Amino acid sequence: MSDLETFRVQTREWLAKNCPQDMRDGANSEEASCWGGRNWEFTSEGQRFWLERMGARGWTVPTWPKEYGGGGLSKEEAQVLAEEMAAIGARKPHDNFGITMLGPALLKFGSHEQKLEHLPKIARGEIRWCQGYSEPGAGSDLASLRTRADDHGDHYIVNGQKIWTSYADKADWIFCLVRTDFDAPKHKGISFVLFDMANEGVSTKPIKLISGASAFCETFFDNVRVEKANLVHEENKGWDVAKYLLTHEREMIGSLFGAMTGGRSLGEIAAHELGTDTAGRVDDPILRGKLVQNELDALAFGALLESVSAKAQAGESLGAISSVLKYYGTELNKRRHELLMDMGGSAELEVTPASGDGQRARDWLRTKANSIEGGTSEVQLQIIAKQILQMPGA
Amino acid sequence: MTLLNEDQLMLQESAAAFLSEKAPISEFRAMRDAGLATGFSKDLWAQFAQMGWAGILVPEEYGGSGFDLTGAGLLAREMGRNLTASPFIATAVMATTALKNLGSDEQKSANLPAIATGSQLFAIAVDESRKHAPAKTALNARRSGNGFLLNGTKCFVSEGASADQIIVAARTSGEPGDTDGITLFLVPSGTDGVTCSATPTIDARGFATLDFTDVTVTADAVLGEVDGGYDGLEIVLDAGRACMAAELTGSATAAFDMTLSYLAERKQFGVPVSSFQALQHRAAHLHTEIEMAEACALKALAAFDALAPDTWRHVAVAKAKCAQVAQLAVQEGVQMHGGMGMTDAFDIGLYMKRARVAGELFGDSAWHANRLADALGY
Repeated sequence: MSDLETFRVQTREWLAKNCPQDMRDGANSEEASCWGGRNWEFTSEGQRFWLERMGARGWTVPTWPKEYGGGGLSKEEAQVLAEEMAAIGARKPHDNFGITMLGPALLKFGSHEQKLEHLPKIARGEIRWCQGYSEPGAGSDLASLRTRADDHGDHYIVNGQKIWTSYADKADWIFCLVRTDFDAPKHKGISFVLFDMANEGVSTKPIKLISGASAFCETFFDNVRVEKANLVHEENKGWDVAKYLLTHEREMIGSLFGAMTGGRSLGEIAAHELGTDTAGRVDDPILRGKLVQNELDALAFGALLESVSAKAQAGESLGAISSVLKYYGTELNKRRHELLMDMGGSAELEVTPASGDGQRARDWLRTKANSIEGGTSEVQLQIIAKQILQMPGA
Repeated sequence: MTLLNEDQLMLQESAAAFLSEKAPISEFRAMRDAGLATGFSKDLWAQFAQMGWAGILVPEEYGGSGFDLTGAGLLAREMGRNLTASPFIATAVMATTALKNLGSDEQKSANLPAIATGSQLFAIAVDESRKHAPAKTALNARRSGNGFLLNGTKCFVSEGASADQIIVAARTSGEPGDTDGITLFLVPSGTDGVTCSATPTIDARGFATLDFTDVTVTADAVLGEVDGGYDGLEIVLDAGRACMAAELTGSATAAFDMTLSYLAERKQFGVPVSSFQALQHRAAHLHTEIEMAEACALKALAAFDALAPDTWRHVAVAKAKCAQVAQLAVQEGVQMHGGMGMTDAFDIGLYMKRARVAGELFGDSAWHANRLADALGY
């Protein structure tokens, strides 16, 4: 037996013993996730146990080095782990912007001390992170941000405001872009700092959205003290970190929507909800045509995701392909939810117990942010035009 | 998804080098202008045979190269890029797949070596009306003596005018529309009662209409099972469709590349038109679509090679998506070339015409989308 096959057998046995039954329903929505952190309330004993066991083994972050709380697995082994988890419908044990965004950036740009301090707590789900990027005046033009960090010797004093900070009201720490040089060109005066949201002077205010949810916040900094030990990479070189991290974020967002093509197809849902004609076809030929087009696009996008991940595993550097995934994945998901509303008809427009208080409508409205957050579709197209197609002046 | 192996990468490289030198678009243009009836150059096909490409799928024991369909697809993609005209898909892909999967030992040894040496060309005659519909096969094959008597007409037969032998789908029982009752026959094109009329098409390739009037064949002409030919035919068609999808991605890429070059060269308002955001975003969208098309074409080829039970599904996605994307690429290409895109002197129009034909062949995107929806139960 090859080492990888041995690993597979051992992994399967371990998962069989350690994955609680209620964590095997394959649920992967934001709501079903365990986000961890100081104030996390576990939804079940199984959820707590699952995070603890996986965290202790470093398998919440399988490919991170062991000394930083990771599993130390090779890409191949991590793939085996993912496959074995999928085979039993295991939920992700832990979701955290620390895993998907900060972690990769710290691994690349952080000091040894910073990695030792922060990564194991992410791996074990002890600290929940949020991302301080956008500001009221700095959206697509992120680099024009104005939140300032003034140099006070061994520390900075931070003042300013962030917006669209996901779950800022629930997070323990923030990774934040601040301006440390107001005279330099805009990309060259930005620094990347970390601080505790419990620090004096930090306040948050949830923003009510068109879906009724309030996942995003306005975040205010009023003379917040940030130790210089929490500066990642060099002062005024925060844009390098920010860009690297955005690439990860985009890839993640894109892949997320690719993964959503699993489960029941739109067509099956439509056949169930609208009924079929004598040939077994959805009783609305025009809708059926739109559904199958969406399905085709989703399957083609799935094929692209597979090919990108195979290339990534083979060590190819991917660069701006993350913008391709982000752009298409989010647009596809928006179309998917438009179709779900089309087939739902008036039943899904009601805000009643029967419609789960308008669950489908809320999901549909939520998707409208997909092509805005993490860089709008138009920003992604611009990156593709400039970086991949080498078109001028873009 | 697995990446290409070393043999496949080498094949792709040598195909790219050979075709861009020996069979570039200027060769196709010259052939079209000369009005060559076969729709391809026989010299080029002889060189294909020497390179081992005519026999790309032919097993080594029959003198071929023994590649799998992914290898053939990589070649098809390079041919799409250069608009190389050849009987590759009809003979090297579809007829070879038919003979390998369905042929008797005698049929294999009589035909596979001849495919590999380039001495025999084949056509696959399926459709009888303007839209692809293999189940609607009506061409009648009636038992007669110890053989069959064929009557009917096939249209839109690729390489129909130059083929030495024809693999023809015929109805031996049931009604048009039934998948049962279809039988495949291997018929030499010179057989009495077979009439071929070349059909000029917008892409200047070698299509023909084939008429069968009281054509007598022996029982040895049957390829596969009597009445049970449909499933085997679908596999042959899927091999052709997957390679056609790959060809379409090659054409889409080439059309896109030449459009990008044109945008960079062409100046208006004192600047290259490629600096306009209205065009940049459309180009970026097209790039995204082409990346997806390439991925699903390769996935369909790999599924075919792995004998995956849902190969047909990957093929349907690939043929539908690649046809749509290639058509988007050429439509955007012509528009972005402005008035020049409407002239025969520019190559973009040649791609537009071929993408339309290749998209239609063996089922257009709507046909494959419908197949997908039917099978998924909606």
